[in-house]
Amino acid sequence: MKNAWWKVLTVVLLLYTVVMGLLGHAPRLAILNETIRNLYFHVPMWFGMTIILFASVVYSVRYLRKPSDRLDVLAHHTAVTGIVMAVLGLATGSIWARYTWGTWWTSDPRLNGAAVAVMIYGAYLVLRSSITDEQQRARISAVYNIFAFCAAIPLLFILPRLTDSLHPGAGGNPGFNKYDLDNNMRLVFYPAIIAWTLLGVWITNVSVRLALVKHKLYEKQLA
Amino acid sequence: MGCIFAVPQTTRLPVQLLREIWYLMQKDFRLEWRQRAALNGMLLYVGSTVYVCYLSFVRGGQLPAPAWNALLWVILLFAAINAVGKSFLQESRGRLLYYYTLVRPEAMILAKIAYNVLLLLGLSLLAFGAYAVVLGNPVQDVPRFVLVVALGAVGFATALTLISGIAAKAANSNTLMPILGFPVVIPILLQLIKAAKNALDGLDASPQPLYMLGGLSLLVVAVSYLLYPFLWRT
Repeated sequence: MKNAWWKVLTVVLLLYTVVMGLLGHAPRLAILNETIRNLYFHVPMWFGMTIILFASVVYSVRYLRKPSDRLDVLAHHTAVTGIVMAVLGLATGSIWARYTWGTWWTSDPRLNGAAVAVMIYGAYLVLRSSITDEQQRARISAVYNIFAFCAAIPLLFILPRLTDSLHPGAGGNPGFNKYDLDNNMRLVFYPAIIAWTLLGVWITNVSVRLALVKHKLYEKQLA
Repeated sequence: MGCIFAVPQTTRLPVQLLREIWYLMQKDFRLEWRQRAALNGMLLYVGSTVYVCYLSFVRGGQLPAPAWNALLWVILLFAAINAVGKSFLQESRGRLLYYYTLVRPEAMILAKIAYNVLLLLGLSLLAFGAYAVVLGNPVQDVPRFVLVVALGAVGFATALTLISGIAAKAANSNTLMPILGFPVVIPILLQLIKAAKNALDGLDASPQPLYMLGGLSLLVVAVSYLLYPFLWRT
């Protein structure tokens, strides 16, 4: 139980986010109205996704420097969790867009970037499943993971800042930071980032442990 | 074939790397010229795609400029995926082992990238010419448009070469090639379409998308250079 403190923290912070996020005070703004509460769900999910996908790339780099079974499993499962968070982020963003922009999807640099990120990691999983040899699979998918991440960073982080965008925080649109100055929102927003990121770490932790146990069982059966 | 790889081992490192790249490129061009089936296949692929587009749109009169632009880039993208996709597939396992004993992996990937850049430059300019002849040419600023097409060929070739090396290692590499390639190519494609649209209208002459394209290509080449040695070992 000594190492479980961060799981307790996750549950507490998530409960806090959901309760305060839905019931707490939010500034009254035209058009946005109550949808500003999406700040507590959509934005932290993207934060969490970015952190977790970055972790996946770090594991891939470490795998190439010093190959081990564990690092490969870690890179694989962090990528899967990243996809889950990306899909959640897309879904919450899409619902928000429906009520503020009036459409589920528009052609926007940020939205395109998000779609490409999902495509990259989908391709990563397809690549993994089409190589049978374990060591080859680990090495080749690590190479693809790093390559795709490097090629997509400009799209996700630099391009939206150079071009006009409907998305808050770009082009002529005010970022959420202006409304954020409302300290009541900050009190929920920062814990929400920690909560969603920790949730991603927890999911990855469980799935990695399951995968490693399966590997051990398999090796025992072979012996 | 063996004799052209007899590189003197005493020269300085960058010089030797350049020499290895030069020999590998020569080899690729020579192979391409001898097995003309692949080259003719690519030319026919581009030609027939352009003609199919012509037949599909012939009743609508002149295409509106944005559609004309989008269609051209879709044709160029698929031509690039087909042309670059085979660059590692055509190497047999034994031949790769043979190169392994002779050259550095960095020379191998840089040679392939350079070869693909030249191949795609020729192919894209030909495709653009055929397309403009058959479907009409609404481009206002032709030199700038040709420059964008050339940069596009460079971008596609750099981004797809390592992908083709990855796909060649997997089981169903023909379907894998576009799947792995699209996400990497989309940032380049978005910039290309924007730059091409500007040249098409002959309006905004800001070189920013062109710089972005050059930067992206350089980044992708650098990452390929770093990663290919790991791929090569398997």
